Amino acid sequence: MVHGKPAHTGETTLALKLRVWRQSRGVPGHFEEHALAAVPTSASFLEMMDMLNEQLIRAGKDTFAFDHDCREGICGMCSMTINGMPHGPLPGVTTCQLHMRNFRDGETITVEPWRARAFPVIKDLAVNRSAFDKVIQAGGFITARVGSAPEANNTLIGKVVADEAMDAAECIGCGACVASCKNGSAMLFVGAKINHLNILPQGQPERERRTLAMVKTMDEAGFGNCTNYGECQAHCPKSITLDVIAKLNRDYLRARVKEFFSSTGKPSKGGD
Amino acid sequence: MPVSSCCSSCKPSSIGKKVVMALSGLILAGFVLGHMSGNLLIFQGEGAINAYAKWLHEHTGLLWFSRIILIISVLAHIWTGILLTLENRAARAGGPATEATRQATVGSRTMPYSGLVILAFLVFHLLHFTFRAVALNGVDYGDNVYAMVVAGFSSKAVALFYIVSLLLLCLHLSHGVSSVFQTLGLRNERWRGRLDVVALVYGWVIALGFISIPLAVLTGCLK
Repeated sequence: MVHGKPAHTGETTLALKLRVWRQSRGVPGHFEEHALAAVPTSASFLEMMDMLNEQLIRAGKDTFAFDHDCREGICGMCSMTINGMPHGPLPGVTTCQLHMRNFRDGETITVEPWRARAFPVIKDLAVNRSAFDKVIQAGGFITARVGSAPEANNTLIGKVVADEAMDAAECIGCGACVASCKNGSAMLFVGAKINHLNILPQGQPERERRTLAMVKTMDEAGFGNCTNYGECQAHCPKSITLDVIAKLNRDYLRARVKEFFSSTGKPSKGGD
Repeated sequence: MPVSSCCSSCKPSSIGKKVVMALSGLILAGFVLGHMSGNLLIFQGEGAINAYAKWLHEHTGLLWFSRIILIISVLAHIWTGILLTLENRAARAGGPATEATRQATVGSRTMPYSGLVILAFLVFHLLHFTFRAVALNGVDYGDNVYAMVVAGFSSKAVALFYIVSLLLLCLHLSHGVSSVFQTLGLRNERWRGRLDVVALVYGWVIALGFISIPLAVLTGCLK
């Protein structure tokens, strides 16, 4: 077992026991146990997974598939449930921004994919999050005149509103909210996506249509119902709050009332 | 229009179900406050509580109007509770092998269980003091509600079941009352902590108010 301080770098390293989920599409999965030595504490969690995969390649074994892209916490691709916590034990960061200094030497770390019916496992730790894409396709856009860029000061937006919209727009769509929710609910994601458009002037033309369509698509994708646990906000790497869910609920009720009393454009039959 | 698309458009949305749960819960939470206030008249003596019971039974219209609203609320609350619990279990797909909890309160995580015990209690309570069919040894107390309550709680097992159920009601309300505001979109992070305190205080007021009666009978303060 190699750990302690190697003389050449002076950096502390860890020896870890890893329980990693192994699964092929459509087949029940299981945990595989691996020992990994000499993990530098400055390595990110994904770099540690790279080390594990290199060790597996050297041994002629199959590597673990996992999603990753930017590795700087802004793309939303990395998706690992580490010791039961989506994105691991450090609040407010993605897996790629989690460093091994947050773990102890000799620790057993359990690594699983996002667990939710709406996110089926593709392989090992990689899940299919296209349910989120469908929700965005249903209403996560605005109508804009195509052509030259409009004058920026034509539509004035107050600082408070702009800040609020930006807070919601911070959502990177990683799915940690769904994975942490004990109901597998996507309300934090949908709330963030609806809010960052619904509170801006540019989002007003489709406001009601957007809210109804995105909630409908969310329900059809097989996500659970929000029961106000608050786990999503505690695990969100962008620290998006339950405020967006309250506002989503409010906007949804408003949209349903407006839809219910919407004009049909025709007089009722048999009316005076 | 094909049948399937009609069915999917009639199917209540996730938020719709939550609103039904919140509004029915709001009615029931309001009812327990009224019920508890009325019950506390027992401490003013036999005359006060019996007169209150008589007044209620004389206003049949009001009584039945409230009862119908309550029955609808209870059924709606149970129906959405079952639906949400089953759907949420399925959506979770088993969950992770190691479950970690950062924020969810004990109250929020035990809602289906506290709800089930409260439902069992409700059935027993109706059979006990409304239909007077159980745990009263077949004695007919007529209009003497005071005597019926004192006799009803003289059994330690019955009194204990009431007390435990009401403590679970406190737990249920501590999450439910605060959730009503969130589901109706009337909450933000600034108010979440405050509303959680309001809900907890409300739960304790209700539970302690109700519990004071079986406790007073058990300790001999009410005879």
